[in-house]
Amino acid sequence: MSSILSFTILGLFTGAAYAIAASGLVLTYTTTRVFNIAHGAFGMVMAFTFWDFSQRQGMPTWLALFLVLGVVAPGTGYLVQRFVTRGLGEGPVSVSLVVTVGLFVGLIGVAQYIWPPAPRTVPPFLPESGLEIGNTYVTAHQIITIALSMVVAGLLYLLLNRTRIGTAMRASVDNPVLLRLFGGNPDRVASLSWAIGISLAALAGILLTPVIGLSYYDLTLLVINAYAAAMLGRLKSLPLTFVGAMGLGILQSFAVAYLPTEGALSGLRAVVPALFLFVVIIAMPQAQLRIGQVKGIVSAPLPSFTKSLSWGAVLLVAVALIAGVMSDANLLLVGTAATYAMVMLSLVLLTGYGGHVSLAQFTFAGVGALAYAKLDEPNLYGLFLSAVIAAAVGALVALPVLRLTGLYLALSTLAFGVLMDKMVFQADFAFGFNGTLQAERLSILGHSITSTSGYVVVMAVFFVLMALALLLLRRGVLGRLLIAMRDSPAACGTLGLDMRWFRVGLFGLSAGMAGLAGGLFAGLRGTIGAADFQLFNSLPLLLLAVVCGVTSVSGAALGGIGLMLLPVLQSSRPELAGLVFAVLGFGAVALGRDPNGLANLAFGIGRRLDKRFGDRVRRAVPVLPLPRPRAEDDVVLDPEVPLLTDPQPREEAAHVAS
Amino acid sequence: MSLLEVDDVVVQFGGVTAVDHASFVAEAGRITGLIGPNGAGKTTCFNVISGLQKPNQGKVRFEGRAITRLPVHRRSRRGIARTFQRLEAFGSLSVRDNVRVARDIHRGMVGLVRPASADVDGLLERVGIAAYAAERADSIPTGVARLLELARCLAGDPRLLLLDEPSSGLDESETDEFGELLARLAAEGRAILMVEHDMDLVMSVCDDIHVLDFGAVIASGPPAEIRSNPQVQQAYLGYSDEPDDQTRLDIPAVELTQEIRLEGAWTS
Repeated sequence: MSSILSFTILGLFTGAAYAIAASGLVLTYTTTRVFNIAHGAFGMVMAFTFWDFSQRQGMPTWLALFLVLGVVAPGTGYLVQRFVTRGLGEGPVSVSLVVTVGLFVGLIGVAQYIWPPAPRTVPPFLPESGLEIGNTYVTAHQIITIALSMVVAGLLYLLLNRTRIGTAMRASVDNPVLLRLFGGNPDRVASLSWAIGISLAALAGILLTPVIGLSYYDLTLLVINAYAAAMLGRLKSLPLTFVGAMGLGILQSFAVAYLPTEGALSGLRAVVPALFLFVVIIAMPQAQLRIGQVKGIVSAPLPSFTKSLSWGAVLLVAVALIAGVMSDANLLLVGTAATYAMVMLSLVLLTGYGGHVSLAQFTFAGVGALAYAKLDEPNLYGLFLSAVIAAAVGALVALPVLRLTGLYLALSTLAFGVLMDKMVFQADFAFGFNGTLQAERLSILGHSITSTSGYVVVMAVFFVLMALALLLLRRGVLGRLLIAMRDSPAACGTLGLDMRWFRVGLFGLSAGMAGLAGGLFAGLRGTIGAADFQLFNSLPLLLLAVVCGVTSVSGAALGGIGLMLLPVLQSSRPELAGLVFAVLGFGAVALGRDPNGLANLAFGIGRRLDKRFGDRVRRAVPVLPLPRPRAEDDVVLDPEVPLLTDPQPREEAAHVAS
Repeated sequence: MSLLEVDDVVVQFGGVTAVDHASFVAEAGRITGLIGPNGAGKTTCFNVISGLQKPNQGKVRFEGRAITRLPVHRRSRRGIARTFQRLEAFGSLSVRDNVRVARDIHRGMVGLVRPASADVDGLLERVGIAAYAAERADSIPTGVARLLELARCLAGDPRLLLLDEPSSGLDESETDEFGELLARLAAEGRAILMVEHDMDLVMSVCDDIHVLDFGAVIASGPPAEIRSNPQVQQAYLGYSDEPDDQTRLDIPAVELTQEIRLEGAWTS
């Protein structure tokens, strides 16, 4: 009996911490419509800050706590709302997701840069004290945490129901525009809720640190537990969120206590929050289509098919040329870049064209790689089958969220990534714990491609074919439908489109493309393991795809090279490892609003240069046509253009030049 | 039996009743007007008919069969099409591609291999916006975009057309042409249900009119009868002949919650 009691109390303790984190998440989401994926990451950075104040600098605990919760965290929340997330709530969900994923990755980078990996401990509050309940010893830290969660609940209740600004907060949930009309200030409401939200994330992080340790990733992933709890209240109801958090805490505690530590079910304990989330999502009612949203995105111009073909040929020739001279080690990097570029192509389809976000695209590549290695059919048939398996898994992930909207689809991919990381990829039937699998190089029509240079060229061919297929799809009926669905789901629905199955198909196709890339990657490397496809790799992938341009094929190529270079950069300057992530993350925050990214910018340079300097160049170079004809005497007086005295040849020259 | 029957529909948002036991019909071959002050629940009624909003109570019947439980796209396939008060054009696509998408959806995935059913350029011609065919839909004037939404609806050859303030953004002569177009569409046997603020247009083209106030139908009948109904004059026409008058907050009541708040603001 006493063990049940002690595990219940342990569950209530973690549940209380989840409740504190989750209520912050709900508060920021409901008031600003921005789902903060980086909520846990903020908690992590604040926990590190608390360690820095209290342990490294030796401040008294109360002072460190006050500084973090009362100054640093709310200040950060205010600044983030003011300069990063403001106005995101009215835009497409994909943009706000990408921006907060940028914060997520950026914050991990910052933490690694400021506090390089080292053992750090944060003692619990009042470490010596506790209570004996029956045979169970309850620490003071646990009691404090549970009490604090009740205090937070009470204060939030008072704030929302008994104060003017709280009423304004509830009003802004319904409609910020009207709040403004009636004299409220939605920006002040938003700043306040972000300040409180980040403080709550900080408090939860600090309370959990003595138990789960000061780790970059574990605290960051707290966001999954928090939103699993919040989902029970449909991201709206605070009381239900508290119920969800406590339930999840107890469930997790019981899983630790009573589930076997050996065998297939051993991985289950780590994924309780993710499973909890799936169950809650499946039970959610059908989402209603929202009307009156922002639409019409300026997309990168679509190249003509012949132009795409010739660019593809150029790329292939370039790869073939460098494949002939490069060392095998460098060729592996080129092949890796091709893999990443193909995975990014799958994001061009899903995110760039379809407007949906996947936070676990590498996981699908991992499924493809795993299938390729396990099938042991190193030929086109095996590769195709691997892609089909990945596609089926992708469709399976999209199925539960069939009736729901983009945010939930993205969140369930995150939960799916955790699930695969901890339960499937590390299991004995897959890669095994810290294990690897062997895969053979692909053979095409009985002809095995053993040389790395040949294999890299084959990968480039696959990339080009995939890109051409994607462009064809975009030009056709399906492409138009995808864009239409992104611009106005409500109109598509009222025109008779059943978007649910379309979305599942889209998600499956995208996962299949990633799976194909994964299969090719397995063949390239020969040895693959779970670490190659970790969830955390998917986030930089998404960010680089968006930064480089997720609406265009060239963006994917550029992004693939960029993502390949990241670890190279990190290993050459290890002290800057965190900084690279920080730059990438905050770069995505800055550029995330324009999904066309750097690729479009690069193509736009020509046009922009012409606009800016074109006239001057044309004036300086006599053969180019002038913007408007000048009077004869004017021309004679112009010393820069002495040859233009005779109008006849000038017109001819202009004709030729145009 | 009327083509569309809205029967005792109630929609509540929290404690506020947006549609209050509303019952009305729309007949095939006729133009029916749905009028009322801002916040009267007109767009909410459209949302209930097209399936974007579940009613708390009541039924919607189409061709005699209850469709209240059908999802949005199934209603469309039965022959219900609608336009939106705040535009829902596919902004990144050209005007022509907007109509193409509608045609492709209507043909269905299986039908994609069949030859095109509706002549896209012919539809643009018909509503009078062929000149804009190649332009991006987020760069065209509001009036044109409303006609584009109508063309998109027609690509599916609907039996019932729900038009939400179709004439706003059109000038006087364009409105006259639009009225003639509506008459021709109705003459083809379609039912047209129209929410409209331009009283001249409503009174001249509608065969029947239903007046909503605070979510309830306060009067139904032909234009002449509605015009002389004292209750209607009190509730609606009596305020002013121009509904866009400054005496009211004229904010597009798009989000449903917005509509409720407006009612509060409007009565105080």
